[in-house]
Amino acid sequence: MSPLWCYLTVSALLFCIGLAGALTRRNAIMVLIGIELMLNAANLNFIAFWRFSEHPETQTGLMFALFSIAIAAAEAAVGLALIITIYRHFKTANVDKVEDLKG
Amino acid sequence: MSWILKNLWLIPVLPLLAAGISALLKRPNRSLSAGLAIGALGTSFLLSLAAFAQTLGKHGAAARQVHNFDWFALGDTVVRLGWVLDPLTAAMVVMITFVGSLIFIFSVGYMSHDENFTRFFCFLSLFAAAMLGLIIANNLLLLFMCWELVGLASYLLIGFWFHKPSAAAAAKKAFITTRIGDVFFFLGIVWLYSETGTLLFYDAGRGCLEQDALAKMVAHSTIGGLAASSAIGLLLFAGAVGKSGQLPLHVWLPDAMEGPTPVSALIHAATMVAAGVFLVARVYPLMELQQAGVSQPIPLTAVTWIGALTAVFAAFVAVAQTDIKRILAYSTVSQLGYMFMGLGIGGVGVGMFHLLTHAFFKALLFLGSGSIIHGCHEEQDIRRMGGIRKFMPTTFATYAIGMMALSGVPLVFCGFWSKDEILNAAWLYQPSKIPFFLGLGGAFLTAFYMTRQMCFVFAGKYRGGHETAHDDHGHSHSHGDAHAHDPHESPAVMTLPLQILAACTVLLTLVSTPLWPWLPHYLNGESAHLDPGHLFNAGTLTLLLVSAVVVATGIGLGWWFYGLLPAEKPDEKDPLEQQFPEQFAWSRGKFFFDELYAATFVRWNARLGLLCNDLDRRVLDLLVSIVGWATNGCAHIAKLFDELVVNKLFDAGCTEVRRGAEAASELQGGQIHQYLRSIGVALILFVFILAVGCNK
Repeated sequence: MSPLWCYLTVSALLFCIGLAGALTRRNAIMVLIGIELMLNAANLNFIAFWRFSEHPETQTGLMFALFSIAIAAAEAAVGLALIITIYRHFKTANVDKVEDLKG
Repeated sequence: MSWILKNLWLIPVLPLLAAGISALLKRPNRSLSAGLAIGALGTSFLLSLAAFAQTLGKHGAAARQVHNFDWFALGDTVVRLGWVLDPLTAAMVVMITFVGSLIFIFSVGYMSHDENFTRFFCFLSLFAAAMLGLIIANNLLLLFMCWELVGLASYLLIGFWFHKPSAAAAAKKAFITTRIGDVFFFLGIVWLYSETGTLLFYDAGRGCLEQDALAKMVAHSTIGGLAASSAIGLLLFAGAVGKSGQLPLHVWLPDAMEGPTPVSALIHAATMVAAGVFLVARVYPLMELQQAGVSQPIPLTAVTWIGALTAVFAAFVAVAQTDIKRILAYSTVSQLGYMFMGLGIGGVGVGMFHLLTHAFFKALLFLGSGSIIHGCHEEQDIRRMGGIRKFMPTTFATYAIGMMALSGVPLVFCGFWSKDEILNAAWLYQPSKIPFFLGLGGAFLTAFYMTRQMCFVFAGKYRGGHETAHDDHGHSHSHGDAHAHDPHESPAVMTLPLQILAACTVLLTLVSTPLWPWLPHYLNGESAHLDPGHLFNAGTLTLLLVSAVVVATGIGLGWWFYGLLPAEKPDEKDPLEQQFPEQFAWSRGKFFFDELYAATFVRWNARLGLLCNDLDRRVLDLLVSIVGWATNGCAHIAKLFDELVVNKLFDAGCTEVRRGAEAASELQGGQIHQYLRSIGVALILFVFILAVGCNK
């Protein structure tokens, strides 16, 4: 089995890719995809730390990851619904164009 | 427990309902109001008969039945009310509902021209309800509440024609004068409650008129060695003095004649004024308590003397009055005095006996006078009547029966026997014989003034309607149609009650002679037997003869003065005035009690009022004004402080807050990427700090 740092490196890479995507993309859907990537990087971390912990038989990390995925799915549904509504309202999915909430 | 005892409350509640319904009717409906009032009281009469039947054949303590219930609880104290059914209650409710019904029927005729007919019947029903409640109450508090309610009804009915200033003043006078007695009455109630812890009369041994409570009260000595029982008895009696128009609080009763005549008959002759007598009879066990070291019960001694003095005083005043109703009013005061005297020296049976017989014949007399007044076109001055016998034969006959009963003409009139019972008791009264002679003097005067009134009203020829008649009573007489203004007999709705009452006055005699003294014994809760021996008892017979002689003298003298030569003109001088000008002036002036009170209490009160007014305006107003000015000054200072300091500071603070908010709102760019970037930078910073922190 690969050592822990391999997993953590993959997870960190995944997170950075996601963050970069979320920060640079103009399209709202792409931003959402970036966020999903970051979430999955976190999930990977959970699993990895659980697997290499002192009590891997307790299944806690697994449960945590499962919940996280479920919440991610719910969040994606909500996010997509928001994006569709924004698209209908502003006729664009470009987040830079949506700035009505300026202070 | 019998049905009637449980439902005794229906007797007062039915008239109360009638009053409520006719008060709530949207538009006045004459026949409905009168029908309701008479129907309700008639039903109460039937119930009263049932209650009366329930008390027959029982004697002593067995004759008393009570029904108590919890009214409300206040902490640990439970206030209990209840009603009591004993011979006293039964006799009174039967009398009140019977006489009341007849008077209600009479009123239909008497008030037929009045525009406030329905209001009249509403008030009458309210009065009847309160009076009946007063009779059945087994609780002094309940009795007091009803007592005040009858006072209110009396006020409303005396002032029924409130557009007349004299009626409004009389109503106020009646209310305020009785209030003086009521204050003492209330003090007595409070004291009684603090002594015994209950206001129920009879409560299976725990009531305030039962052995334990009485023994406790008589043992408790208060100011001046007076036992609590005596002091409370005197206070309660003061309430009775106010209500029953005894000296010195009698002044309201003659003035109360300003009310409609049926009211005078019902309230100010037969029932309400008798409430004081009834009260004393009700609390008799308390009144007759004898405290150690005094030979006679103190409250009863007071009752006797006040009663005797009032009896002869009021009879003396009645001699010189000229208003037909005022004569009867003073006669009522005098007869109430007899009742008190009877209570004081003879016990419940003697006093209440006279109350019951008096109720019948005095109601008869008042209704008769109402009929006369109605027939003579609202004329009340007996000097402008005369010869009415020809015009109103039925009224004359019934009035004569009432007059003979009141004067105490022997043998067939109940008034004779009840008065004789009182005189008999007075003769046997040990401490003093003076009440007896006062009573005898009162009897003489009664016979005299009633004869005088009869002669003025019925004998001679009609003196009203002539040109000499003064036009100050609202009727404009035109010459030539004097016959149209001749008195006329009243309709049957008015004469029928007169005839029934006259019949009762005679029939009551059957149960009240010493031969078979059923009524007085029934009131005492004793049984009566046919006892011919008692009648021919030497003492009784002598007394009968003495009082008959006195009455005959009174009537004879009255006839000699007024009957032989009936007055010809209304403004003729009174024959008695020519003989005894000085005494007559005292009597005509009612011993100047009104003037005395006006010169003392009323004036002092007015002075006190003016003083209070001055105090209010000059001193208290000044103080209030100073406080006002001071407050105003403080307010000005506060205002300046507000405007100059607080507002400035606040404005400055607001400006600062706005500036800060404007700066902060710059951060809210609306660009999601900006936010994300901030989060990313913050994340990296955190990671960096964490890494540095962990490596240390």
